[in-house]
Amino acid sequence: MLKLFRRHQYLRQDTLGHSYDVVIIGGGGHGLATAYYLARNFGIRNVAILERSYIGSGGTGRNTTVLRANYKTPDTIRFYQRSFEMYATLAQDLDYNMLRSERGLLWLAHSDPQIRNQRERALQNQQFGVDTVYLDARQVHDVCPELDMSGGGKRPILGAAYHAPGATIRHDAVAWGYAIEAQRLGVSIHQGVEVTGLRIDRGRCVGVETNGGFVAAGQVLSAVGGYVTQITNMAGFRIPIVTHPLQAFVTESYKPVLDRIVASADLHIYVSQSSRGEVLIGAEIDPYSSYSTRSTFPFLASCSSRAIDLFPFLAKLRILRQWTGLCDMTPDYSPLMGVTEVDRLLLSSGWGTWGFKAIPASGISMAELIATGKVPPLIAPFALDRFRRDLAVPERASAGTH
Amino acid sequence: MALMIPCPNCGPRPYGEFWPSGELPEGGHAVDGDVDADYRRVWLRTNIAGEQRERWYHHAGCRRWFSLTRNTLTNAIHDVV
Repeated sequence: MLKLFRRHQYLRQDTLGHSYDVVIIGGGGHGLATAYYLARNFGIRNVAILERSYIGSGGTGRNTTVLRANYKTPDTIRFYQRSFEMYATLAQDLDYNMLRSERGLLWLAHSDPQIRNQRERALQNQQFGVDTVYLDARQVHDVCPELDMSGGGKRPILGAAYHAPGATIRHDAVAWGYAIEAQRLGVSIHQGVEVTGLRIDRGRCVGVETNGGFVAAGQVLSAVGGYVTQITNMAGFRIPIVTHPLQAFVTESYKPVLDRIVASADLHIYVSQSSRGEVLIGAEIDPYSSYSTRSTFPFLASCSSRAIDLFPFLAKLRILRQWTGLCDMTPDYSPLMGVTEVDRLLLSSGWGTWGFKAIPASGISMAELIATGKVPPLIAPFALDRFRRDLAVPERASAGTH
Repeated sequence: MALMIPCPNCGPRPYGEFWPSGELPEGGHAVDGDVDADYRRVWLRTNIAGEQRERWYHHAGCRRWFSLTRNTLTNAIHDVV
């Protein structure tokens, strides 16, 4: 019995050293996963993660926890499919319960163009072995009987792409699971350590200045999200990223009624019910760039009204909590991963609204790049210079909301 | 509270009535055929954390462009022209 009351200390407080083989800026999912795979797959354990707040305090802890692989372009489908498969066994790999829950994800069409879009998406997904099928209105109703098929009398539901493996997973647990295992393998994690500058010697990054002093590094990875341009501006180059706020909210807990995750491209909204009963509602990014995490009432009002068009029972529920995260948006809605114009400074960024579900694949790929110096084919399409080479990876249609 | 944009013609109105330009490109919008300059103008951004000069278009009001300075950390707006 007494064991129930023992005090757990999940993370050690490490003392910041003077030199590491790899310094990772940012203790979100991407930084933590990269450190974990560096230690586990490549035996590189002299690694420090520098997080200016607490681990998982940015996008990793603010996203809406959806896992899916139903993207649009071949490069992105392959990448997210790998991530999706890794997520399926992540709880076992890290020995940490993540409450993964397969729900089935509907992407509704309320218009002819969206019928074409969702049909094309299903066919494209099938080409790459991703389980997505196109459903007509009757079948949509069978998969999710809670939906108001008239769309509130305004936007009738005509069909949907259905991605049956679509799932949710507890996002804090993903950060903690990676952090605990990385630390067990020898990685040191420093919360409350802020990077204030990069030391660059003849075009090569040799370390970082922090509020705890200078830290030398063989290689530096910026795994920073919304604030990434503060790092690249320190390094003296610019990247195609603009930071936009993204808001979401949950209702009070309600009995379990909604098993599916339901998204609508026409209404720019998605709805799911969490395992503790809260109905979670999210939408697209705010239209203006900003670093402010203040939530806004117009978002709440417009999003609620669209959610009620899909699920009339929501009208009776009260709103429990609304929050905002910062998204590092790229012009093509695909990530920026790889080497930069500064030697030994790498970037895993541009994770916008599509980062959480990419964490395992991004972590293992960036670890491989750092360890071997070779860009894994899985992430080569997302290189920083793709805009200069006119090789953007357009994913706005499938990454724009969640 | 909605972000209110002080339109010089219509007074303070909620942001949904406007289109923001975002960060203005370095060296303006001129196209001079230099591929490198075009690349920087079209794709690269400083993503300013602080005072940012912007253009806004009031599509649901006077349908005119105007300039303002917005602090991207606080969304405080001043110097509207």
